[in-house]
Amino acid sequence: MEKRIGVFVCHCGLNIAGTVDVEQVVEAVKDYPDVVYAGNYIYMCSDPGQELVRTTIREQNLNGVVMSNCSPLMHEKTFRRVATKAGLNPYLLEIANIREDVSWPHENEKELATKKAISIVKMAIEKLKRNVELTPMVVPLHKRALVVGGGIAGITAALEIASAGYEVIVVEKLPYVGGHAAQLAGTFPTLDRVPCLMAPMIAKMISHPKIKVYTNAEVDEVSGYVGNFIVKIKTSPSYIDEGKCNNCGLCLEKCPVTCPSEFDCGLAERKAIYITPPETMSQKVLIDPGNCLHLNGDECRACEEICPTKAIDFLQQGITVEKTVGAIIVATGYGLWDKKNIPEYESDPDVIDGLQFERILSPSGPTGGDIRRPSDGKVPKQIVFISCCGSRDPEHGFTYCSRVCCMYIAKQAVLYSRTVPGGQAYVFYMDIRSDSKGYEEFVKSAMEEERVLYLRGRVSKLFRDGDKIKVWGSDTLSGKSVEISADLVIMATAMTPREGAIALARKLNVTVDAIGFLTEAHPKLQPVETLTTGIYLAGTVQWPRDIPDSIASTGGAVSKVLSMFSRKELLHEPTIAWPDEEVCSGCGICASVCTYNAIEIDPIKRVAKVNEAVCESCGACIASCPSGAMRHKNWNARQFMDMIDIATGAYV
Amino acid sequence: MSLSYYPGCTLKTKAKNAEDSAIAAMAALGIELVELPRWNCCGTVYSFAGDEELHQLAPVRNLIRVKETGGDRVATICSFCYNTLKRANLLVTSNPEKMHTINTFMEEEIDYEGDVEVVHLLEVLRDDIGWETIAEKVQVPLTGLKVAPYYGCTLLRPQEIAIDDVERPTIMHDLLKALGADVVDFPYATECCGSYQIISNPDYVSQRVWDILSSAMRRKADAIVLSCPLCDANLGQTQKELMQTHSEFKGIPILYFTQLLALALGLDPEICRLELNYVDPRPLLESKELLRQ
Repeated sequence: MEKRIGVFVCHCGLNIAGTVDVEQVVEAVKDYPDVVYAGNYIYMCSDPGQELVRTTIREQNLNGVVMSNCSPLMHEKTFRRVATKAGLNPYLLEIANIREDVSWPHENEKELATKKAISIVKMAIEKLKRNVELTPMVVPLHKRALVVGGGIAGITAALEIASAGYEVIVVEKLPYVGGHAAQLAGTFPTLDRVPCLMAPMIAKMISHPKIKVYTNAEVDEVSGYVGNFIVKIKTSPSYIDEGKCNNCGLCLEKCPVTCPSEFDCGLAERKAIYITPPETMSQKVLIDPGNCLHLNGDECRACEEICPTKAIDFLQQGITVEKTVGAIIVATGYGLWDKKNIPEYESDPDVIDGLQFERILSPSGPTGGDIRRPSDGKVPKQIVFISCCGSRDPEHGFTYCSRVCCMYIAKQAVLYSRTVPGGQAYVFYMDIRSDSKGYEEFVKSAMEEERVLYLRGRVSKLFRDGDKIKVWGSDTLSGKSVEISADLVIMATAMTPREGAIALARKLNVTVDAIGFLTEAHPKLQPVETLTTGIYLAGTVQWPRDIPDSIASTGGAVSKVLSMFSRKELLHEPTIAWPDEEVCSGCGICASVCTYNAIEIDPIKRVAKVNEAVCESCGACIASCPSGAMRHKNWNARQFMDMIDIATGAYV
Repeated sequence: MSLSYYPGCTLKTKAKNAEDSAIAAMAALGIELVELPRWNCCGTVYSFAGDEELHQLAPVRNLIRVKETGGDRVATICSFCYNTLKRANLLVTSNPEKMHTINTFMEEEIDYEGDVEVVHLLEVLRDDIGWETIAEKVQVPLTGLKVAPYYGCTLLRPQEIAIDDVERPTIMHDLLKALGADVVDFPYATECCGSYQIISNPDYVSQRVWDILSSAMRRKADAIVLSCPLCDANLGQTQKELMQTHSEFKGIPILYFTQLLALALGLDPEICRLELNYVDPRPLLESKELLRQ
């Protein structure tokens, strides 16, 4: 069939046209073989621009279109829709990226930029000539979601999806849900008591008919693809027969082993058999296998002997369940940087981190809401906050800002000042970042009404001096060194990726950044998506966030899931790998390099078989195939060679 | 075994007690300290001037002297000399252009190629001999002597040339423990003594010295141990004045680590030149029965 190709060159305002001579590009390709139309326009993505493309396709009877504009990530979908509307198969439209690949990197080399743009457009034309018509594949969709993590983001996600009528599975690693939020004493800037916020949410989630919560559980294995993820969930045994246990607590009294309580950040102790904390709304007895004597080979059976209902079951096994879900929301939260990483700040029981102070401030915390310091239980009369411990501090920790510390310091200082009459709180800060609704006013009120003393400068050293902790710092506004004899020091340590985040990301095939936070598909336009379709991010697993921001990002992830679930079925891109069975020897190298597990070797035919719904068209199999049997739809070797000819020829 | 040794000016004048005790103690440990021939001033203070190459001539020339002897390693005792020599060496090795400029300027000398290692005597004790070996050779354990090691700043700053952990050094602690002393840790151990501010701003220095001494004494130290002659001068000389301003203050001896090393190894106390110390340590050492002949 005769080729009738149209080329549309976009100015993108001055983004492209300021560097690339668009007229010259049009001129250079308008008489190129098989090109019947070439034109330019200021914004091709605008309504009139799209209209131009649509009418030209019809009028010129085009059977191929090259859009030379921005990256295909931006507008490939837009223009393929336009092509479809004009009656052209969307896979007969190619993007020549002359913005990200040309005008932006070559801003100061206008001539070269124009030459390169022409070359890229010609390459796209050559590729297009061998494109064939393709149709997206239909993939079944399981309208059930998996939420990994039972903190405030995970709970929100589960409730939102369930209330839209879909089933949700929540997997929480700890024996209780609630996450870090449940440990907090209050919120900023409204000073809500957190249990009042969390309790109804947790209660609703646990009793929701559409939500199944697995605590003490982990995602063991994930396979499949969007709409059809197969997830293996592995739970750890609690060693308690929940049907028999009546929470009487006799076993806790008898257990001889005490260990630090995770929920109270080591400020209180619990037994090796313990009840999940009341803040988490799910009081359940369980045994901690790491600390239980019996489970570590000892003869102790103290709990079993005392239990009146015979609920202890040392032989209990964890279970593994397999579920099929259509979408996954990852909401595993954050970790807290260890304060020991700053050796200048002496390790001392009265030098604590922000989360520990939340527990001390909490009415249900280890001190019952009285503010008492860990070492001797005295009420601290002078307390010092040190902000940016590990954040914005590349020498010790990280370059980034943890985003929540300025505000929680203000909140903690206010709660402290209101609880301890005559107590003085000092805050050493670098900058005060209070950039959300009501935040600036809250910090101001901490300074002015609660008389919290803010000192702009860093702390150089802390050391124990008798009953006090000496704090050496500088006040850069007065230019003086400061020494404070503190009773308690709170280090605002950095928010970091949670331990195990990278391992989970690997299981889910989701990328992580250099620090270990999970990365979004696009920082601006796809902030809750990951590069693996069907997997979304919510809350601090992605980056440090406060509660409102976490809830907002969760909302974004939920809307993506619901919008997917509102469809009958899913469409999958048809531009995928396929084996030429005449050439394939069934060696299996392709299957071994496929990160998506999309390839298997047919046991009878002894040739590779691509699961079309799973293939993400990365091309690894094609590059690794020793006989060249593996092909890519609309990206065959001939197309590459033609493009290379153009690319090399243009620069000779 | 012999080791090239750079004394510097202070060890030949005010700090003879450091030098004599060091040479004797190292000989007892089987290392002969061989004084570098034709050494010159180390440069005294590392320069931050923009045209710093000129200021590096003195230290680099000393390193050339080491090369001339056929050696590739030189030890210092004075912390300031350590600091200037080590930092000059770091500058030229990390900056070949500057090394070239310096070599061209000193055309009468052989070229320096950054091939001499600068070490402090404490590092030699730790890395070449080892605390266990030293402990085995102790004849007069410093039992009952409560000493506070004071590092000052020049052994540890900047981080690139530190002989130990910048924030929590233990090298002198470890040595003193090996010698049998009771080591007193105090928060001012790595604080600056005030350095050359003693000339232009003596009141500031005496305040700093008081903070340092009183902190060590509150932690029940009998004496302070150090390696830097300038710290020694500030911490020692200022005490007379402090005794007048603080009536309860009776003085605290300041000792070089080399003096305690020599004593513990059972050498003749005469070699330690204790009479040169600013605050006489002999009554204290006698009371602990450490001055056996």
